Amino acid sequence: MEVKSQFHVLAVDDSLIDRKLIERLLKTSSYQVTTVDSGSKALEFLGFREEDEQSSSDYPSISPSSQRVVEVNLIITDYCMPGMTGYDLLKKIKESSSLRNIPVVIMSSENVPSRVSRCLEEGAEEFFLKPVKLSDMSRLRPHMKRTKLIPQKPEPEKDEKQEEELEPENKHQIQQQSNSNYHPQTQSNTSNNKRKAAVEEAISPDITTRRPRYSGGVTTAV
Amino acid sequence: MDVAQLKRQLIAFTELLYREGFLDEQFNQLQQLQDENNPNFVAEVVTLFFEDAERILNELANNLDQQSVDFKKVDAHVHQLKGSSSSIGAQRIQRVCIIFRTVCNEKNVEGCLKCLQQLKHEYALMKSKLETLFNLEQQILAAGGPPSI
Repeated sequence: MEVKSQFHVLAVDDSLIDRKLIERLLKTSSYQVTTVDSGSKALEFLGFREEDEQSSSDYPSISPSSQRVVEVNLIITDYCMPGMTGYDLLKKIKESSSLRNIPVVIMSSENVPSRVSRCLEEGAEEFFLKPVKLSDMSRLRPHMKRTKLIPQKPEPEKDEKQEEELEPENKHQIQQQSNSNYHPQTQSNTSNNKRKAAVEEAISPDITTRRPRYSGGVTTAV
Repeated sequence: MDVAQLKRQLIAFTELLYREGFLDEQFNQLQQLQDENNPNFVAEVVTLFFEDAERILNELANNLDQQSVDFKKVDAHVHQLKGSSSSIGAQRIQRVCIIFRTVCNEKNVEGCLKCLQQLKHEYALMKSKLETLFNLEQQILAAGGPPSI
């Protein structure tokens, strides 16, 4: 009996064929999938709202409409799309206090070194060359695993980075995180913290020092 | 014809398609994604491709028929076709698209028209061959055997 995966991927591509393909690839790899055909639809699905982002501070104000009900563990997006490109989408996600810890993977039919490095620098975890293959799917899991926080006890261990604690990719619903009465603790040795650190490291500006990996054994001088 | 014979035919025909460059490894990937729960996956994707390709070929004919050709539009369409043909493993079509884009970049209308002709030709060939392929698979199914190669 196939076990329902705990990982949910949001796939973004304007091509119907490619959406069908990526959906099958992801489902075959036991991930749950949602597909959308544009960056703006992706942001909508993620519950992204510009005005909420702008008002965020240490204790982002919560409005119900910005709360994402569905947990998303990874976003995989095509680069070349009309309107909002995959790069634009990536930027918006990484600039968003509520979304930036979601790992993003870029897909492109063109292997352009400057494009690749731009995406990695902006925080993309991987850059896949299209057509995406089954073997590429195994490269997604490590990034998704990193986003899984400890399943909730009612009062999660706090650390200083309160905004990240609000990550709705934590499947435990927003109501826990929606109050702004956090009591920052200075030091917390929970694995929550370690995982936070791992995630932070993953999206740190040092990302360019990480070895970029491409599918199909293509090596590109970055 | 019995199932064994049909299967041999299918294998031989498929090998021919790969050898002649009509299909590449990506087609094989598609077949790997097909299973009992998704028995029509390849046919569905290929059908989408046919619809998409026909639409694009028509648009291209339109674009190139204009007094003043909008090469950006032409390029966008070819880029799209290149992407979808790559996604299903339609190698020959993909290759024509690559040439087409170069020619389009040079704003060479004559060249573009030639590429369009070639695309139409390759597309017709591809469609006919894939239909033969699916036909064989259907025959095998009907004769009681599993269609997978």
